[in-house]
Amino acid sequence: MANPFSIARSSQDGITILALEGYLDAHTAPQFEKAVQEEFEAGRIRLIVDCSKLTYISSAGLGVFMIFVEEIREAGGDIKICGLAPKVYQVFEILGFPSLFDIVDDIPAAVKKYEETPVRES
Amino acid sequence: MVPVERTFSLHVPSSTENLVMIREFVTSIGEQAGLPPAEIMKLETAVDEACSNVIEHAYGSDVTKEVSVRATLDDQILEITVTDTGIGFDPSTVEQKGLDKLMRGRKSGGLGMLLMRKFMDTVD
Repeated sequence: MANPFSIARSSQDGITILALEGYLDAHTAPQFEKAVQEEFEAGRIRLIVDCSKLTYISSAGLGVFMIFVEEIREAGGDIKICGLAPKVYQVFEILGFPSLFDIVDDIPAAVKKYEETPVRES
Repeated sequence: MVPVERTFSLHVPSSTENLVMIREFVTSIGEQAGLPPAEIMKLETAVDEACSNVIEHAYGSDVTKEVSVRATLDDQILEITVTDTGIGFDPSTVEQKGLDKLMRGRKSGGLGMLLMRKFMDTVD
């Protein structure tokens, strides 16, 4: 079976971009958790999670955002989310994520958001 | 005319690797039921959450166990039943915390139940 989930890492203007592809469920969420943990431990706390190639998310994937965001914000960073397909956005929205996270259309908008609001208050 | 009831079943080993197969099964049932894509997505997510709970909590990721998903469909109702023989719990006893509270507690537990309740008419 082809790998159902992958993460591509890149950086731009001191911001780490984690581009997710495939589906993020209880099987694949540990990969995402490991990636965020590694960034946090390396002191890279300005993160953009690009979900433009993410086809599905369950609570296990959403939980990764929940586990790390407070700690990252306390350290002066943030997790900004971009590129959500309507189907995926619906899951974020119904749980109220837009009131707690900056969710924007694409990477340039997320970078701009860092210029405007480096750290969002929880 | 008496409505015809159709039943479909899927039995898979208790592994998160099989969640994709479970979602495909549920999507196929939703399509047969004539549900719109947005409703199928809700169904797919809710069943995924229920099965994830079974795999990780009821069975403690023991792959020798089996998760069963049964769908019963007539022209009025689509009912999905997830069956396991693991450690049971009563969903009505799960305290429903808000998202901000979960975030402050650095916890993700409870999100799955919250999603199931938001997406389905009834969860029991």
